[in-house]
Amino acid sequence: MSDVISLESIPTISPMFRLQWEEVQDAFVILYPEGMVKLSQSAGETLKRVDGAASVGDIINDLEAQFEGADLKDDVLQLLEVSKENGWIKTTS
Amino acid sequence: MAGLKQQVNQAGHTVTPPLWLLAELTYKCPLQCPYCSNPVEIAAHKNELSTDDWIRVMREARKMGSAQIGFSGGEPLIRQDLEELIAEARQLGFYSNLITSGVGMDEARIKAFKKAGLDHIQISFQASNEELNNFLGGTKTFEHKLEMARLVKKYEYPMVLNIVIHRQNIDQMTDILDMVVSLDADYVELASTQYYGWSLHNIDQLLPTRDQLERAEKIAHEYQDRYKDKMKIIYVVPDYFEGRPKKCMNGWGNIFLTIAPDGVALPCHSARQLPGMDLPSVNDFSIEQIWNGSNDFNKFRGMDWMKEPCRSCDEKEVDLGGCRCQAYMMTGDATNTDPICTKSSEHQALLDDVARIETNALNHVEEKPLIFRNMKNSKKHLDSLTKSE
Repeated sequence: MSDVISLESIPTISPMFRLQWEEVQDAFVILYPEGMVKLSQSAGETLKRVDGAASVGDIINDLEAQFEGADLKDDVLQLLEVSKENGWIKTTS
Repeated sequence: MAGLKQQVNQAGHTVTPPLWLLAELTYKCPLQCPYCSNPVEIAAHKNELSTDDWIRVMREARKMGSAQIGFSGGEPLIRQDLEELIAEARQLGFYSNLITSGVGMDEARIKAFKKAGLDHIQISFQASNEELNNFLGGTKTFEHKLEMARLVKKYEYPMVLNIVIHRQNIDQMTDILDMVVSLDADYVELASTQYYGWSLHNIDQLLPTRDQLERAEKIAHEYQDRYKDKMKIIYVVPDYFEGRPKKCMNGWGNIFLTIAPDGVALPCHSARQLPGMDLPSVNDFSIEQIWNGSNDFNKFRGMDWMKEPCRSCDEKEVDLGGCRCQAYMMTGDATNTDPICTKSSEHQALLDDVARIETNALNHVEEKPLIFRNMKNSKKHLDSLTKSE
C-alpha cells in the first residue's frame, strides 16, 4: 500500500483517538478505547501541531523553525505515515 | 518504560501510576448473566458511594496519573448521576469508557453523554440471536441492544462490542462475528469466560470443549484477517487450555485500580475473595494512601512473595505466577503458582476436572442447573455460608 502523504495535505486527529499531554507520563499520549500509547518527544511535538488547519508542509516548517537547523522533512513524513496506518490521523489528499 | 515517573514506596516497591481506574458504580443490574464477574456476595454490599465521593475519587486518581476511566457495574446506567460523573471525568482529562449492557439507554441519554464528553461506549451482547441472548441475560434485551449499538455509531462514538464466550454460545462464532460486522463495530472483544465467582459456580455448563474452542478460534482468526482494516477483533482464549497462566491484571498494583460500588479499592475486581485482605475504602483513605501504602496493593507487587516453582522459574517475569485468585480458589493459598501452569503441582487436578466437565458435556449430562446472577441467588449463597459456619 503506497500511502504517500503530500506536503499540501492537511492532517487531522481521527475522531476515534484523542491526543493529550499527560503530566505524570511527562509525554503526549494517544488515547483510545481502554488503551493508551505514549509518544516519544519528537512524535508528540509533531502530532500536537496536527490541528486540522496546518498542512504537512506547515508542520515541517514550524518544527524546523523550533529546532533550528534540523532537516526534519523525512522524519515527519515517516511519522505521519505510521500515524495514518495506525488510524490516529486522517489526511486530505 | 523510559521517562515514566516512578517512585519507590515504603514497602520498597517501585510503584507506577494507576493508569486504569475502573469505577464500578453499582452492583444493581437488570441482567442476570450466569458468568458475571461481580462477586457472588453482591447482596452483602449494597451501599453505594455518592456523586461527591466519586468526584473526589476521580480527582485523586487523575492526580496520581490515571488516564482511562471505565464506568462499569453492575449496570452503570442505573446511576442517574452518570452524566454528571462523565462531565467531571472529561473535565479532569480522563478518557472515559462506558461499559454497559445498553439496558437503561435511549437516544436522549446517548446524546447527553456525548455532550458531557464521553469518549467511548462498550455494549455487551450475550449471543447473536434473540432467544439465547435473552435466556443468558435473563431478560428481553436483544432488540434493544441492536438499536443502541446503531445509535452509538450514529453519534460517532468509537464502539466496542463485547461478547463473553462459553460453551452455550461458542458454536455461534460465525453468527456472532457477522452480527458485529453488520453493526459496524470498531473493536470486538470475544472474552472467554474466566472462572471466578458466578462463573465458577456454573463452570460445568460454561467451559467449552477443546474441539469447540479450536473451531471457534479458526473462525475468529479468519474474521480477524478479513476485517483487519475495518475492526480490531480481540479473542482471549480460556487459560484452562493454555499450559501457562496469564499475566493477571498486567501485574498486581501495576496499572489497574478498581473501586467497588461501596468504595472498597481492589487490585482486581475479583480480589475481594482473597483471605487476609484489609479492603481499604475510599471513605477512609485517599487514593494515594491506598495505591502506594496499603497492604493490599503491596501484597503481590514485585516477585518477593513468590514460592517455588515460581521463585526460581525463568518465566516468572512473563506471567508473574498468573492469577492470585485462581491460585487461591484451586489450591487454598494465594501465594501458590496458578494451577493453569504445567509446573504447578495442582495442574493435574485441574486437567482431571476439565476432563470430567468435557465428558459430561459430550454426554449431555447436566449435574446442576445454571445459577443466574441476581440478588436472590446471592442471598441464598450468603445464607448457605452462615449455615455452614
